[in-house]
Amino acid sequence: MSEKKKKKFRINITPDECKGCGRCIYSCPVKVLSLTNKVNSMGIVYAQYNGADCIGCGSCFYACPEPGAITIYEIKPDEKGKE
Amino acid sequence: MSKEEIKFGRSKGFFETFERRPGPIKKNMHYCPGCGHGILHKLVAEALVDLEMQDKMIFISPVGCSVFAYYYFDCGGISVPHGRAPAVATGLLRANPDSYVISYQGDGDLGAIGLNNFLQAANRGENLTVCFVNNAIYGMTSGQMAPTTLIGHKTATSPYGRTVTNEGFPLKVAEMVAALESPVYVERVALTSTKNIRSARRALRKGLTNMKEKKGFSLIEFLSGCPINLKKSAEATDEWIEEEMIPYFPLGCLKDIADERDKIIRPIPIFDKEKVTKALLESAGNIKFGDKQTKLRKDLRIKCAGFGGQGVLSLGMMIAAMGQSRNINVSWLPSYGPEMRGGTANCSVVMSNDIIGTPIVIETNILITMNQPSMDKFLPDLATKGILLYDSTSIKPPKTKSRVYAVEATRIALDIGNIKCANSVIMGAFAACLKGFELENYEGAFEEAIKTTFRKKPQLIDMNILAFRKGKDSVKTVNV
Repeated sequence: MSEKKKKKFRINITPDECKGCGRCIYSCPVKVLSLTNKVNSMGIVYAQYNGADCIGCGSCFYACPEPGAITIYEIKPDEKGKE
Repeated sequence: MSKEEIKFGRSKGFFETFERRPGPIKKNMHYCPGCGHGILHKLVAEALVDLEMQDKMIFISPVGCSVFAYYYFDCGGISVPHGRAPAVATGLLRANPDSYVISYQGDGDLGAIGLNNFLQAANRGENLTVCFVNNAIYGMTSGQMAPTTLIGHKTATSPYGRTVTNEGFPLKVAEMVAALESPVYVERVALTSTKNIRSARRALRKGLTNMKEKKGFSLIEFLSGCPINLKKSAEATDEWIEEEMIPYFPLGCLKDIADERDKIIRPIPIFDKEKVTKALLESAGNIKFGDKQTKLRKDLRIKCAGFGGQGVLSLGMMIAAMGQSRNINVSWLPSYGPEMRGGTANCSVVMSNDIIGTPIVIETNILITMNQPSMDKFLPDLATKGILLYDSTSIKPPKTKSRVYAVEATRIALDIGNIKCANSVIMGAFAACLKGFELENYEGAFEEAIKTTFRKKPQLIDMNILAFRKGKDSVKTVNV
């Protein structure tokens, strides 16, 4: 079943490395990113991950001009008896 | 518990923290929010690691916003003068053909001040990858018109919009380079949508692969956004690039002939370490001239002037050769008009026991003039205690407080049978009027200089030595 094989991902945005340009937000095909209403240490309103439904395409990563603001993790299920 | 694995994250091509960057922020780059440089930097860093080119890579930071690119990349780096990246890259690649060089340049650096350097490097087919970041505006200096600024675009220096009649069409760099024979790969990409960034990533890797395989010159032109100077949001900037820039600068591969080309193999230069070290030390002022050097009372700053064809340049050359034969440091700097004969010509000769700083002579202590206009022009620059020597065949005695000597050089030369040896007559006079110049084998030094200067025309040596001797005997002190 396709549902079963679907990989899961998580996006981490480091608030202090984000300059709030919004490139990740409009580049995301599934629209799971948005600007917060908080400011970071540079005084910039930063972007955040809404918490679900990332498809791990990397669009936001490549759209982001900062080296390490965005990290995309693949969440690997560690089920017993399965790979 | 589930475990996590990084799928996309900070590249190892970047330093872990940017220690070279001043100020408290060590994880971010200095670029404005939404800047295309950041996007391209990430692609470069990632490709350096993936293609295993980090250890041999020299990244050239240009002048422009990316002038500080060496803060970020964990590879070799050089900052170069404005527009000179391809010239420096050529030097690097010729000195060490195994190194990889990225010349990263903007539209001002590559398209304006450095266009010639860039085109010549492309035409020579240097094994180089050039990343040309085209944002259609001067970013660092706050939004002036660039060679690639679009028609109608209002900038700080085109306040009514660029016009074809006034500024011409935007420069199509990629098309221009694709028309040359040498470059193997030319592509234009855009750093806008995900799709375009992906093709930019592929194009960059192709360029770097060509370099790794020593296939030659690759140019990738990146249409990049400058939201701050375009006064737009990042999203609106992307739209502007896609709607306004891409129709004029169409995306796509313009040339890809890397497969048809053989590896470029250039001879590896061999450096004699000892000689190089010695030369470097000498230029740093550690030179030992030894006892063989003739001591001068003070530096001689000589100006020889006349009209082209009188031999003023070779006169200067003979004087310099004379000094050189006695281990004195000399410099010879000619200055003449575009015409070969008949125009004014002069040369500056500096003789010194020490290293010569500038070869330009402003305050002259010996002035040699061979025609009236030169006398009028250069006499005011003669030092009060300087020496003036002139050809009295055609020049009227001047009014000056300096020591003045005259010789009828042209007439003596005509008596000898060749007007062209007037300069040797003058040199004879020069030898006679030079006081305090304790040369071993004084005359011999000058005659050696004549032999050196005329070594390719040996039939003229005897005549010139005769002229030299006559000049030495005929010089007169002039009382003004």
